[in-house]
Amino acid sequence: MSEFLQQLLNGLSLGAIYALIALGYTMVYGVLRFINFAHSDVFMVGAFIGYYMGKLVPENTVWGGLIVLVVAMLGCSVIGMVIERLAYRPLRGAATLNVLITAIGVSLLLEYSGQVFFGATPRTFPAVFPSVNFTLGGLVISSNQVVVIVVTALLMVGLQVIVYRTKIGTAMRAVSLNPKAAQLVGVNNDVVISFTFGLGSALAAAGGILYALNYPSIDPLMGVMPGLKAFVAAVLGGIGNIPGAALGGLLLGTVETFVNGSQWSTYKDAIAFAILIIILLFRPAGLLGKATIEKV
Amino acid sequence: MSVRPLSLLFRLALGAGALAASLAAQDTIKIGEFASLTGKEAVFGQNAHKGTLLAIEEINAAGGVLGRKLELLTEDDQSKPGESATVVKKLISRDGVVAVLGEITSGRTLEAAPICQNAKIPLISPGATNVSVTAKGNYIFRVCFIDDFQGTVMAKFAHETLKLNHVAILSSVSSAQAVGLAKYFRERFTADGGAIAAEPKYGEGDKDFRAQLTAIKSAGADGVFVPGYYAEAALICKQARELGLMVPLFGIDGWESPELIQIGGAAVEGSYFSTHYSPENQSPAVVAFNTRFKQRWGLDTNALSALGYDSALVLIDAIKRAGTTDGPKLRDALAATKDFAGATGRITFDAQRNPTKSAVVLTVKNGRYAFVQDVHP
Repeated sequence: MSEFLQQLLNGLSLGAIYALIALGYTMVYGVLRFINFAHSDVFMVGAFIGYYMGKLVPENTVWGGLIVLVVAMLGCSVIGMVIERLAYRPLRGAATLNVLITAIGVSLLLEYSGQVFFGATPRTFPAVFPSVNFTLGGLVISSNQVVVIVVTALLMVGLQVIVYRTKIGTAMRAVSLNPKAAQLVGVNNDVVISFTFGLGSALAAAGGILYALNYPSIDPLMGVMPGLKAFVAAVLGGIGNIPGAALGGLLLGTVETFVNGSQWSTYKDAIAFAILIIILLFRPAGLLGKATIEKV
Repeated sequence: MSVRPLSLLFRLALGAGALAASLAAQDTIKIGEFASLTGKEAVFGQNAHKGTLLAIEEINAAGGVLGRKLELLTEDDQSKPGESATVVKKLISRDGVVAVLGEITSGRTLEAAPICQNAKIPLISPGATNVSVTAKGNYIFRVCFIDDFQGTVMAKFAHETLKLNHVAILSSVSSAQAVGLAKYFRERFTADGGAIAAEPKYGEGDKDFRAQLTAIKSAGADGVFVPGYYAEAALICKQARELGLMVPLFGIDGWESPELIQIGGAAVEGSYFSTHYSPENQSPAVVAFNTRFKQRWGLDTNALSALGYDSALVLIDAIKRAGTTDGPKLRDALAATKDFAGATGRITFDAQRNPTKSAVVLTVKNGRYAFVQDVHP
């Protein structure tokens, strides 16, 4: 029983990070209908901003950790907006495929510029938050796991509030529903899209910092695998749907952890992805996605 | 008709090129090296490269070989699969090297081996420990011991020195080396009367091992064998301690890197690993190598720098004995290497072109590596 609970906790803390990255994919998809593949590399840049910031603040303090987190989120939201302005805005109105290929290009650009500027050698991420382990029954809980789950939950609630309770959130939903009509009623689409990218990239940065705290070895290609998993999580939950991304991330992290802990760990990704295929066979729009009929 | 003058010009250019190449070859003996100078095994690649370069520089300072200077042409394979095949092809076909030195991982050496074998260019690997590497052909050599040996050494060490009976193996599912090591460890450990508690796997690039470690903990293992590299090993040690898994963790030469201690911190204290070499060894060859390496690079020596150094020296010794750089003759001279005194011990090649030598076990103590014991198979 305690093994089951321990694995569940391991799975949830891994899934929470997938969820955080998946939110970024889903938000951009919700507004622009394209997959921003550079998202997982903004995640990496976030971790590296954290790495350099971590040297400037005292280690093992809550406020130091929060400063690192906030600076990385701000830095990445600026980077996200710059990427949108330079790479995606000129393609507004072009075929989705063109934008998709551009996104892959931006992703590769970030990965390999990262290798030039940060170096390809793995770096040790500083312990910016104080870390303690406590035991609860047979259960071992590390404070980093708690931080991951709590920060993810808070950011998710914050995101829900922004999207459903604020003016800019209403504008985001309007652009998502019908960009032309939104423009006609006075929504500035460029501002809304720019804001969406900023917000999504800030979440990626938070994900990067939390990931690096838990797995303190970072390199310019660190975003590739988590990014792929998060993308799958977003699709699983129903892409474009915010609670869906969270659910998909948690589900994927938990399934992966349970398979890893079983005797079939050799086939871990195969089993995790087979489960996803089965779910998508029965619910093609994802767990919480609404199946929409394409109007011709 | 317009084609003819062009093709003539082309042939002329080709001939001139070949002439220039043969003239240049008279000046220096070109030795190729491919190494992971960047990427995730950069620490190893850099060390091996520094050792190799030191050996070449020393020989050149002493007047070279066969009256000619040596020239080391180094290519970076970025620790990536696929890249080493490309750079080795370039070294052989474009640069015309007489022999190739590299790599420190088995996977990338296995990529280069068929290319060298087909071109009849001897390849000496400093650190490819997988059994199948030298089986690729009679031009493929190595100066390190092989996987079954390290698996056997750690099984013997775990059973006899650590007195463990119920050990788990946590290994990568996709690394050729890890699969081989796990197999030989299991064979020796069970033959000695021990049992394997669990054998979970992880994927390339994984950073979360909590699931596997939780399973190992509930299987009641009294030790964990991790035949992987430092990047994973450090995270595995850290997460094992976080989960309250306090049994000894032990691994292989892939653990040896400053990053293991940097990333792992207190969690890697008291862990063990087998390796090729210890700078604490007091043999004259090691002491001399320590001093010269420190002078040249300002760094301490380790297994990879010693193996990189030995790989070059073994080659140079063979060139001397062969009296030529012709591929087949050089190969025969290499195969006849006997009792060559290198920094990692006396090297004699067996019929499979593997060296016979002993291994050392090190531990992490107060943030430093400490010599534990010599292990003979």
